[in-house]
Amino acid sequence: MPATFRIVGLGKSFGPNRVLDDVSLELEPGKVTVLMGANGAGKSTLVKVMSGVHKQSGGSMMLGDQAFAPANPAEAINAGVVTVHQNINDGVVASLDVATNLTLDRLSGRGARLLFSPRRNRREAAEVAARLGLDVNLQADIASLSLADRQMVGIARAMASEPKVMVLDEPTSSLSSAEADRLFALIERLRDEGVAILYISHRMSDIRRLADRIVTLRDGRITGVFADQPLDYEGAVDAMLGRSTSADAVTVRDGGEAILSISDLRLKPHSAPISLALGDGEIVAITGLVGVGKTLLAETLFGVRRPLSGTIALDGKPYAPANPADAIAAGVFLVAKDRAESGIVADFNLAQNISLPFLKRFSHLTTMRTGAEREAARQQIENLSIVCRGERDAMNTLSGGNQQKVMVGRWVSQPARVLILDEPFQGVDIAARRDIAAKLRASADGRATLIFLTELDEALETADRILVMSEHTIVGEHRNERLDMDRLLAEVAGGATKGAA
Amino acid sequence: MADTLIRYGFLALLFGLVIFFSVATNGFATPQAAVFIFQSVAITGILALGVTATLVVGGFDLSIGSVATSAMMAAAYVMVVLEQNAFVAVIACLAIGALVGLVNGLIIVYMRVPDLLATLGMMFLLLGLQRIPTEGRSIAAGMTLPDGSTAGGTFSPNFLALGRHRFDFFLPDLVPVSVVVLIVLAILIWFFLEYTRFGRMMYAVGSNPRAAELAGAPVKAYKIWAYVISGVFASIGGILLAARLGRGDIASGNNLLLDAVAAALIGFAVLGAAKPNAFGTAIGALFVGVLLQGLTMMNVPYYTQDFVKGAVLVIALIFTFSLSGRTSR
Repeated sequence: MPATFRIVGLGKSFGPNRVLDDVSLELEPGKVTVLMGANGAGKSTLVKVMSGVHKQSGGSMMLGDQAFAPANPAEAINAGVVTVHQNINDGVVASLDVATNLTLDRLSGRGARLLFSPRRNRREAAEVAARLGLDVNLQADIASLSLADRQMVGIARAMASEPKVMVLDEPTSSLSSAEADRLFALIERLRDEGVAILYISHRMSDIRRLADRIVTLRDGRITGVFADQPLDYEGAVDAMLGRSTSADAVTVRDGGEAILSISDLRLKPHSAPISLALGDGEIVAITGLVGVGKTLLAETLFGVRRPLSGTIALDGKPYAPANPADAIAAGVFLVAKDRAESGIVADFNLAQNISLPFLKRFSHLTTMRTGAEREAARQQIENLSIVCRGERDAMNTLSGGNQQKVMVGRWVSQPARVLILDEPFQGVDIAARRDIAAKLRASADGRATLIFLTELDEALETADRILVMSEHTIVGEHRNERLDMDRLLAEVAGGATKGAA
Repeated sequence: MADTLIRYGFLALLFGLVIFFSVATNGFATPQAAVFIFQSVAITGILALGVTATLVVGGFDLSIGSVATSAMMAAAYVMVVLEQNAFVAVIACLAIGALVGLVNGLIIVYMRVPDLLATLGMMFLLLGLQRIPTEGRSIAAGMTLPDGSTAGGTFSPNFLALGRHRFDFFLPDLVPVSVVVLIVLAILIWFFLEYTRFGRMMYAVGSNPRAAELAGAPVKAYKIWAYVISGVFASIGGILLAARLGRGDIASGNNLLLDAVAAALIGFAVLGAAKPNAFGTAIGALFVGVLLQGLTMMNVPYYTQDFVKGAVLVIALIFTFSLSGRTSR
């Protein structure tokens, strides 16, 4: 079958920095091509060249048998190459309703009507929604929709222009698995309609589900094309990372003396109480679907919110932090979820980001001791192998994985009694993820470590003990050694399969 | 090259202006003229330093101009009508500034009113409030009070000295008090914002309040303190204004808010900071002063002054947001 979209010898440089080098890629109609690449491999740059945001420095792109060289994103869309960006809110206008969002592209440009007719708008939107099997109230405001629904609307809006090629850049990074299932159904529908799809993701579960072909990108070059069924997933991961990385099984350790003990903690009025103990030196992962209360529990332990009932003891003494400052003073640290929103101070450089919670320890009579501050940052750069030019780098010059290492470095730079990490591997490539996990395991002695993870794979390769959370309480506990996967998965699925299990 | 231009462009421009005016006019390159420039921007500069603190925490304070004029009226009222001494007048002014800042902060932080709107409301409220005690009249020694009697107090000489005394500095009677106050406050707030952990945390609060909160900072308290600083600085400006005028003039201080905000925003462009900073604010105020003084000495008419200030502000903002934004990408 002739390829819908061909990239031949594409190169892209930013100044002396060569980001893409001789990239060739073909997208076939009715096939999902998965592009895998570590952070900084050049995936986003490739997407931006395809969607008309950047201009390539060399090589060419062909759409069908025509040369494709969009000067701006609008030209790319008009030609039939549509991109769904990672950031969901870029694809929708929050203050408008669903119907208007679906028909937004018809409201401007040539041939748009002067007057806006709400009735016609709703009719056209209903057509678009019906064609894609979109089950969303068309009159609802975007602001009232879940992330998944917003993304569906964004994709449906992109589909309204009947594209030939669709690029999805890590579309599931903020979706729960039930929400992701709906997205996959939609993507499969597009595939059946003959759209050529380029799907960019780190998540192995997504890739196993969707991929017809896998292409791997490393350091700006294509390092592997996997098209033979069954697909060689391990080989793809190795090609992406450029080394053999079959995950070593975790050497499970038992926790020492209990550091943090939670008794009968209740997060929601009708949820069952939680009791658990975290021991010295052990790493405990709490896994569960999005929305089961993982972040709520993390924030409760860190003093952001208070439990409805129950008690917490730290080293045998009662622990009831009124705010994060109390928690930090007691040695309970939280690497919060979503680093861009709740972690990184964009105006601060790397060293200033690391020292942020511990300014008192880096100051003398309130005056900052910047030398000590930078020394501490250099230690963390070394400790976590953060790729940067130096401790005074601006945060936006770092790749996502390295930004996350800075966030982890912030909280491991000082000794903790309890280190809590909420989704620390979100938007982090496999190599950085393994670096971070290895560091956490190597430094685990002397504290209790609690990690909240939605992805089970991540829990399996990091933790000594895996707890399962569902409906705001703990429903299962597993030692990470010959564990009963079926039981674990049933517990994760929770209420939905209660009758079956 | 572009980096150097962004970092030092504004300072180079200021330096160039000084050289140009020194050559082009007679008497610009004298200590007296230099002091005059400082004096002309002293009160605006003090207000601008205060508003810088609110900009740092991601806020804004539009009430500074009316805080300054309220403080001026209060000083006059305390001395002329209540017949108190200079010390009481100064304390009353500072208390008013701190109180207004506190109220601003509480409204913004706890009532969740957006900063611009809250301080706009406060500005209006104070403009009206300062006229109520005297039924809309200016305050001067010997004025007629609303009940028909004559005010018995006068401006204390000690208070007037704040506006008129000059310190010896190489030359006798050279540097006015207001300039000394400006320089001292500028150094204080610059050191506080750049080199103390409180200043550092204020920048963190302004850049990412949630991250600051999760790093253990009392974000609400920092925001409220920023408005208190702004209010107190504005009231110091008001004290100096009252001391310079020697009366509580209902019509003065109209330009204070805009000039101060302009100085703080021009400050974004200094050293390519692209964010509020005390050094930049001081340079921003000075820049406007140099330009206006130089142009005046070249016989450019006074009514072009606002135009010149506006043009400088627009250019500085373009400099900040367009040029320095591009290199950080």
